[in-house]
Amino acid sequence: MELEKYKLGGTHLKSSDFEKGKVLTTAWQPNLAYTWDNGVAIGRYLDELKNGRIIARVCHECHRIMLPPRMFCELCFRPTDEWMYVQDTGVVSTFSVARVNWDASRRGPKEPPLLPAVIEIDGATKGMGILHMLGEVDPDDIKAGMKVRAVWKKSEDRTGAITDILYFKPLRAAASKKAPARRKR
Amino acid sequence: MGMRKVAIVGAGITKFVRRAQETGKELSWQASKMALDSCGLTLDDVDMVTLGTAPDAFDGVHMKGEYLADGAGGCRKPYMRHYVGGGTGVFSPIHGWFHVASGMADICLVVAEEKMSSCHPHPQGAFLTIFDHTTEQPLKPTLIWIFALEMNRYMQAYGLSKADIARVSVKNKGNALDHPSAQVAEKITVEDVLASETLCWPVNRLDISPASDGAAAVVLASERVARRLTDKPVWIDGVGFSIDTAYWGTRDLSYPRYVETAARMAYDMAGIKEPAKEIHIAEPYDPFDYKELHHMEGLMLCPRGEAARLTAEGYTARDGNLPICPSGGALGVGNPIAATGLMKVIEIFLQLRGEAGKRQVPGKPTCGLAQAWGDLMQMGTVIVLRS
Repeated sequence: MELEKYKLGGTHLKSSDFEKGKVLTTAWQPNLAYTWDNGVAIGRYLDELKNGRIIARVCHECHRIMLPPRMFCELCFRPTDEWMYVQDTGVVSTFSVARVNWDASRRGPKEPPLLPAVIEIDGATKGMGILHMLGEVDPDDIKAGMKVRAVWKKSEDRTGAITDILYFKPLRAAASKKAPARRKR
Repeated sequence: MGMRKVAIVGAGITKFVRRAQETGKELSWQASKMALDSCGLTLDDVDMVTLGTAPDAFDGVHMKGEYLADGAGGCRKPYMRHYVGGGTGVFSPIHGWFHVASGMADICLVVAEEKMSSCHPHPQGAFLTIFDHTTEQPLKPTLIWIFALEMNRYMQAYGLSKADIARVSVKNKGNALDHPSAQVAEKITVEDVLASETLCWPVNRLDISPASDGAAAVVLASERVARRLTDKPVWIDGVGFSIDTAYWGTRDLSYPRYVETAARMAYDMAGIKEPAKEIHIAEPYDPFDYKELHHMEGLMLCPRGEAARLTAEGYTARDGNLPICPSGGALGVGNPIAATGLMKVIEIFLQLRGEAGKRQVPGKPTCGLAQAWGDLMQMGTVIVLRS
């Protein structure tokens, strides 16, 4: 069989087909609401974020200090053993300069880009990164391997959410430019 | 292993378009009917049906598998839907393979469908809820962010430039000019990719495959039945699938280890020791241009960090030593997620039969693979085919 010998289905619709009323559609806007329980491990993680601290969970079998914390180790498949506070500093593993919002709409010309990054938190096992944002930095100055520190909301404004950390900012702007390239793993 | 040999004996596909007039059910019917016609079968001959389709949120139809069953020929038959995110389309024939290899079915119809255009303003919005609801969603992430994070990490690890990666988009969009289903086939240059809109640095508009509507289908048969139906069966000699942790921030994003695990499973089954030599043609998943390179390395088709150089040297062109995505891939043919994976399987099926028309690679390939990838950048699905 060769595809070229068949009349393939799939009819491409153009904007004009809708404008001229050539095809009709049915629209629906769901209005569903969810409440997600935070669970045991993330519940404590959020409590500590409210206190301005980052807490990890340790597995005594593989010796990983894990972020985000979890009550079971997915590799050893056993309960994790203890809580451990880690630093609110870390290293940028990778980053983006995003001009797109979550729904694919574009950032306006006057809106600053969003700066998502994977940040490996100091004190956790190497490679344990979390998704968060960078701030107080020129996008052109961001480098992988850059040292950063959490910028917290004021304590009275914290609600026990990942957004209690506003973003991570370079530890020292001058030093960040000289930060060595991250060594390969 | 006590399992029966399974062949692909027929295939069907629709055009891939940004917004199809047809419903998902109608697209499924078009692809399924074409697949049955291509090998002279009717639905009465089919023992079992499997269907792959990605998030229900695209369609706004819950239990999409059940909704699509009529179009996929599942009515009054053993029928099951499977879903492993972007990895779905290559998992589809693996799911069907289980049915036939086990002896439960002699003929299994495998259908993959996606209609992304129903979700407004853009299907990207439906992806928000794949992220952890407590630790990630409040940051309002999009999938493009995390691919940008992965692409950046990959570029850093091997010192690659955006131009090194853009060559994949140029190649695939060019290849797709010869695919009758293609949505975004185009002759473009590396400069065009670099000059296209920056979405999330380092990802530009032309680094990404489009949102699409489309469907594809294949017919699987046991050895005895396959030899009766066709003198050109294409055998499923290896299948593999593997998932890594959903704590994606804790993985080394420069290398898709889950793809390697899936590939090793498929290679072991197919008796492949040196994939770079024994595989003649491959269709790795390319929703983003860097993913083709990333996946070539995970599939062990080249050493780590070498895929970009090989692409620049023309090694992966349709007339190169190892043609990669001769169909035009997701970047050129389009990316109706589940249907894309099966489109790739169909391309290898046609190439191994020498029936790929203008897309036919030289050298009469006898062994090829298709691969897809999905969920939260954690799922690898691999299928090895031989003529």
